Amino acid sequence: MNHETKQNSIFKVIGASSLGTLIEWYDFYIFGSLASIIGAQLFPADAGASALINTLAIFAAGFIVRPFGALVFGRLGDLIGRKYTFLLTLVLMGGSTFVIGLIPSYASIGYAAPILVLILRLIQGLALGGEYGGAATYVAEHAPKGKRGFFTSWIQTTATLGLFLSLGIIVLAKNVVGATAFADWGWRIPFLLSILLVGVSIYIRLKMHESPMFTKLKTEGNISKNPLKESFSKKANFKMVLLALFGATMGQGVIWYTGQFYAQSFIENTCKIDFNDSRYILLWAIAGATPFFVIFGSWSDKVGRKWIMLTGMLLGIVFYRPIYQLFIDKSEVATLSTSPILKIADPVVTTAPLHDKGDSLVTTSTNVSLQNGASFNKVVVDTVYADSSKPIGHAKEIYKDKKLDPGTFWLFVALVFFQIILVTMVYGPIAAFLVELFPTKIRYTSMSLPYHVGNGVFGGLVPFVATLIASFSGATPLSGLWYPIGIAALSFVIGAVYLSNKKDENVTD
Amino acid sequence: MKRILGILWIILGPLAMALMAWQAYEKISVAEPGVAQTNTALQWGIILLIFIPIAIGLVIFGKYALTGAYDQLPGKSEDL
Repeated sequence: MNHETKQNSIFKVIGASSLGTLIEWYDFYIFGSLASIIGAQLFPADAGASALINTLAIFAAGFIVRPFGALVFGRLGDLIGRKYTFLLTLVLMGGSTFVIGLIPSYASIGYAAPILVLILRLIQGLALGGEYGGAATYVAEHAPKGKRGFFTSWIQTTATLGLFLSLGIIVLAKNVVGATAFADWGWRIPFLLSILLVGVSIYIRLKMHESPMFTKLKTEGNISKNPLKESFSKKANFKMVLLALFGATMGQGVIWYTGQFYAQSFIENTCKIDFNDSRYILLWAIAGATPFFVIFGSWSDKVGRKWIMLTGMLLGIVFYRPIYQLFIDKSEVATLSTSPILKIADPVVTTAPLHDKGDSLVTTSTNVSLQNGASFNKVVVDTVYADSSKPIGHAKEIYKDKKLDPGTFWLFVALVFFQIILVTMVYGPIAAFLVELFPTKIRYTSMSLPYHVGNGVFGGLVPFVATLIASFSGATPLSGLWYPIGIAALSFVIGAVYLSNKKDENVTD
Repeated sequence: MKRILGILWIILGPLAMALMAWQAYEKISVAEPGVAQTNTALQWGIILLIFIPIAIGLVIFGKYALTGAYDQLPGKSEDL
């Protein structure tokens, strides 16, 4: 083509690349979305929090190895070609996801279960690290001049659509098998289903041709002998890798993960919104905001990439705290309870033994429905001592499984939608921006590393670091936001000062 | 401006490393001995392991900025 790839064939390229990338994201996300259930099933049952932390650590490990995957598969992609490299990453990702769905519980095989999860999670991280750079490079190397932002933005939608698909299948599976069965065995369904999706995608990708620019380089004998060395030991290129990381992908990563992951985690765990409702909020927001990836990608072809991305970061810096404060205020039981009570269900009392002294924990859960459609569970946990002379210990009331009234529900959707719009601003143009920064023979390697350090490390650790900060003494529920705000602010300043808004129209070099 | 800010990035790198190391020490030492302390050490170990090389990268970025490597960005990739 190169540059003159026909319109119908470029859409085939985009479709085939995007489908595989979407499936890889789906595979990666289902683990994160089901972290607490996996923690309970595959980790030691000594303490729920410990299981969750272990799972989060593994989640982080999945992200941490992404940059290594970028190096390993980026190098391969620059040596043997884009097509076979991102075919390999797809097989590794799909295979690992399927096997996670088959791992017996901790109760059955003991510590082998968490160890297996860790190994498979690392493979997933490696595979994802290799996938994105390949897909973005492949599409960009087919795209005509002046439309690179538009065409690569379709690849950018896959990360969000992968999340959408994973949430949709999780919610569907949970509703079909029921909450108890889902926590017991139904969580495996989304993992096992992956093998079908990957099979279809492999079939499609096998029919694709190698990137025309890479083929040309290969024919001319100009492919890089050592892409890693050329990318990172040559100052002229390494300085651009650092600039791409600190001035763009670092800030983009935290904006992305705050909008799409921390928001849902905050709504579910801090605001105590019902499991399904917290996911429906995200699903609606994603559905509404996804077209904006293409809009901003396309717009960046006209006005440049830099200021669209930086504006997304700036808006996040300014609006995150007010948005999350609103989440807290609107989900307080005092706020919900302004509507008259419709019905108070009979309390459900459960008793669990505490230690071996005969003491027990008595949990009383009462569902309260309000006339405006909202509801919540009031949970009281009392400690009843075997020694009847001791008074019953009353713990603080907890309100959870909150269902919002329609007005507040849609307000939450709008607030998450706004955050995802910011995601589309920073993420829509980023593939074109990265592709244009580096030459063809080391492009896969050079662009993959800053992308995955920015997204995998800075972005992927948003929930982990934010939760950690929020656990510090004196911290408020909003304290965790200082991490994404601080990183986005740093990236904004570096990007504003050092990045150029010029587009490199010629990526054939 | 680009060069002067380079000094800031050079300072920010070690500062971030020191802050993280201090936080790690503080959090690990206040954690309950046993599983909780191991968990805290694990979390901070992961954080330090990843962020220290990145902080070093920030110092290198600052050094490049200070020496004028970003005064003129390449207009096309042949210039790299």
